[in-house]
Amino acid sequence: MSIPLSYIARNLWTRRLTTALTAGGLALVVYVFATVLMLDAGLKRTLVTTGEYDNVVAIRKGAETEIQSGINRDQASIIEMHGAVAGGANGERMASKETVVLISLIRRGDHKPSNVIIRGTAVIGLALRPQVKLAEGRMFRAGSTEIIVGSNIASRFEGTRIGGRLRFAQRDWTVVGIFDAGGSGFDSEIWGDVDQLMQSFRRTAYSTMVVRLVDAGLYDRFRADIDTDPRLTNEVKREQVFYSDQSRALSTFITILGMTLSIIFSIGATIGAMITMYASVASRVAEIGTLRALGFKRGSILWAFLAEALLLGLAGGVIGLALASLMQFASFSTVNFQTFADLSFRFVLTPAIGLKTLAFSAVMGVIGGFLPAVRAARLNIVDALRAI
Amino acid sequence: MHSIVEIGNLSKSYRRGGQIVPVLEDLTFDIMAGDFIALMGPSGSGKSTLLNLIAGIDKPDHGTLRVGGIDITALSESELADWRARNVGFIFQFYNLMPVLTAYENIELPLLLTRLSGSERREHVETALAMVGLTDRMAHYPSELSGGQQQRVAIARAIITDPTILVADEPTGDLDRVSAEDVLTLMARLNAELGKTIIMVTHDQHAAQKAHHIRQLDKGVLLSSAA
Amino acid sequence: MYLLKLILRNALRHKLRTGLTMLGIIVAVLAFGLLQTVVDAWYAGAQSASSARLVTRSSISLMFPLPLSYEGRIRGVAGVQAVARTNWFGAIYREPRNFFAQFAVSDNYLDLYPEFVLPDDQRQAYLRDRKGCLIGRQLADQYGFKVGAVLPLRGTIYPGNWEFVVRGIFDGVDETKVTRQMLFHWEYFNETLKQRTPRRGDQVGVYVLGIDNPDNAAAISRAVDQTFSNSLAETLTETEQAFQLGFVAMSNEIIAAIRVVSYVVILIIMAVMANTMAMSARERSAEYATLKVLGFGPGFIALLIFGESFAICAIGGVLGVAATAPAAALFKDLAGNVFPIFQVSSHTLLLQTACMLLIGIAAAIVPAIRASRIRIVEGLRAIG
Repeated sequence: MSIPLSYIARNLWTRRLTTALTAGGLALVVYVFATVLMLDAGLKRTLVTTGEYDNVVAIRKGAETEIQSGINRDQASIIEMHGAVAGGANGERMASKETVVLISLIRRGDHKPSNVIIRGTAVIGLALRPQVKLAEGRMFRAGSTEIIVGSNIASRFEGTRIGGRLRFAQRDWTVVGIFDAGGSGFDSEIWGDVDQLMQSFRRTAYSTMVVRLVDAGLYDRFRADIDTDPRLTNEVKREQVFYSDQSRALSTFITILGMTLSIIFSIGATIGAMITMYASVASRVAEIGTLRALGFKRGSILWAFLAEALLLGLAGGVIGLALASLMQFASFSTVNFQTFADLSFRFVLTPAIGLKTLAFSAVMGVIGGFLPAVRAARLNIVDALRAI
Repeated sequence: MHSIVEIGNLSKSYRRGGQIVPVLEDLTFDIMAGDFIALMGPSGSGKSTLLNLIAGIDKPDHGTLRVGGIDITALSESELADWRARNVGFIFQFYNLMPVLTAYENIELPLLLTRLSGSERREHVETALAMVGLTDRMAHYPSELSGGQQQRVAIARAIITDPTILVADEPTGDLDRVSAEDVLTLMARLNAELGKTIIMVTHDQHAAQKAHHIRQLDKGVLLSSAA
Repeated sequence: MYLLKLILRNALRHKLRTGLTMLGIIVAVLAFGLLQTVVDAWYAGAQSASSARLVTRSSISLMFPLPLSYEGRIRGVAGVQAVARTNWFGAIYREPRNFFAQFAVSDNYLDLYPEFVLPDDQRQAYLRDRKGCLIGRQLADQYGFKVGAVLPLRGTIYPGNWEFVVRGIFDGVDETKVTRQMLFHWEYFNETLKQRTPRRGDQVGVYVLGIDNPDNAAAISRAVDQTFSNSLAETLTETEQAFQLGFVAMSNEIIAAIRVVSYVVILIIMAVMANTMAMSARERSAEYATLKVLGFGPGFIALLIFGESFAICAIGGVLGVAATAPAAALFKDLAGNVFPIFQVSSHTLLLQTACMLLIGIAAAIVPAIRASRIRIVEGLRAIG
């Protein structure tokens, strides 16, 4: 014999102010918890979508970021001619030799400088990254000082709208297009002609190289060949792995900070739930006595109060999650600790995060309700009835 | 002898679930200074409402209500509070003592609204404690006192500011026979020795016998008066 | 006195509830204080930076080095007294997660940083050993580096394996100085680089400039940058403090988020506290009605509720504030490598106190209004 849920829910409704305040406290904790998970998910999604599954990045051995990497021209042609590299429609190799440098640009809002990745590439670079599409304007012309900028750059930095000019490396560069990279890390980059950029920055070597494999299954052999070739001091990584590795430090930082905060905050909110549940028990002693006299077992009473706490927690969870889901319309940008470059990403709400968040809120409710429920269940019938 | 309470054409109704329920209808009577009257009647007869009106904790819809020559229906909320503090002493069925205060402190409470000095307050409280016979219990909290003792503390609190009238709502309703007898005797003494006008609501015939007069109310109308 | 007694006794009526609420306030005030200190720690590097030193770097970005030939020309600018070379080394000690700062510095670098204190014999030993290096105290404590030990590093920006010998351990002149870095000879760095990758030699990451008068910082910066305008590598010169703040600004959304979140915990506990007060006030409706019958006004009843809320917050808050410094010390021990400087500022303590007062007042508003408006007849009926 168990106490119906509608009876339990009605008790919460009767004490609306208390329920609202307690659920409000829980909701704020849930909001912080969910937001952190969403931020981390957004970061991971951004960096994973930056890579294509069958693309491979070649870098200098030991380099962790593109900025640190270097590949000289001889090495580049050896890698390019490897049999595993796909050929394009016009007979060219599906390989983009790129130079990656950091330049400092002025942010629109606070006029402070921030580092931005500028990537020298060619038309083939676009072909290798199908998620990158021109949203406005046109592609830069080969051999010119024209550049195209990612959507996050266009919205956040000064002088990056179409027709705008940026001055760096003793030259003026004209923005001729804005591209949308589908939420990937490329949205936080500027692209230009590789030869022009290398010349301006006095570079003799490329930074990295991106190649498309004939077949993704050839990766292991390709990697082994590059590793063992005595002429090369390079290594290759799957593009997806390479970019998600770059987010590891930032992701760890966000997760640790966020989880520490959530745990500390949840202590506060759980205490709130406990206070409310103790009061709920105290104000219904006579009622508990009556229920026991009617034949409800201690277990039923325990369950009824635990369920009430659970509902309270879930109410907070739903409100908090609803608040957090609004964050999907916002984006977050910070410097990536590993690349020193500015990176923008969105808050991403996945079903898994939704479930985790609700589970977290339910746990807070149940922990808060446990001791009060035990007290309710242990009340002596006669004493309880006397409290009328 | 003069009238201390003058009630003329007094009406009061309540709103209950959208319906207007009349409680007192066109009531007119006086209470003489120094009287001790018992208001009796079945549940819902309006006797407690009448008591609340006289005590100035509720307001009538129509009619006049003069207590000690003052038209209390014309007083504002805060004037009424000051008036109560000076002129009315309350005795409740459930004593309504502050559970966190000792007997002594409960009795002292109304004196905080006066300008008496600390030593004057102590003198008053000690006198009141002696009068209700609880000097030896003054440091006890209400939870450590019996019902009868608690009610005697409440009576001491009611007389501490030397009010002109005492109102009592079922003062013996929560007490056993012996304690009830004590409380009633005490009230009779206050009436006889200090000349306090006492208005008591009760449904206990035995308690009512202690009063000089009994007034019967039924459905908001005064029935008869008996000696 | 009487009123105070009444308030305190009311506060202690539900010992469990009051205790739990106080615990919540302690946790919240403590968390708030720690978060504010985290934000401060972020700026600690910039705060300990000097405004009497300038930093000259490539105007493109920090990733671009400057030619060694600039050194003499910078020294020629009026007002510049000393020029030191530094290169960010960015190598890995054993594992990538063992991150700490390493700089190749010219030998006059130490003269520019009087806040780093080094015993004279260790300084001499360092200057004598080409492959010698100096370790900051905080770093030495973290990894247990001792004088004489060999320190192997794996290069990322400058590939290959590098080996150094610890010749000295320097201290900060006071607690606000970050000593979580390693310094080694720029000459050794440059020579090795010239052998391994000749085209990367003779390049300087940033120049640190000692100037005669901090008031001239702006003029000197301009003069330096003008010297190199329209050259292959244009420069950007700013005070060391501005340079450090530039780093902080790059992650300013994270800092902003931490700031916002630190106030969220105050909101959470405000809800908990408001709930406690609402429940207490509701249970005491009959008492408040009785007080009104006795002639007490609504102000007195509001005062009782505000006083009680305030008392609970003050006790919890004071405990929370008192616990902040020890908790910060503990946190620093646990996460020592993240924040080399982690000190609770008086500003933080002030903010904590303000939050505690705010919680006390905000939580009592609704219950106080409700209780003071209570109609006597209804209040008396709510006898429990």
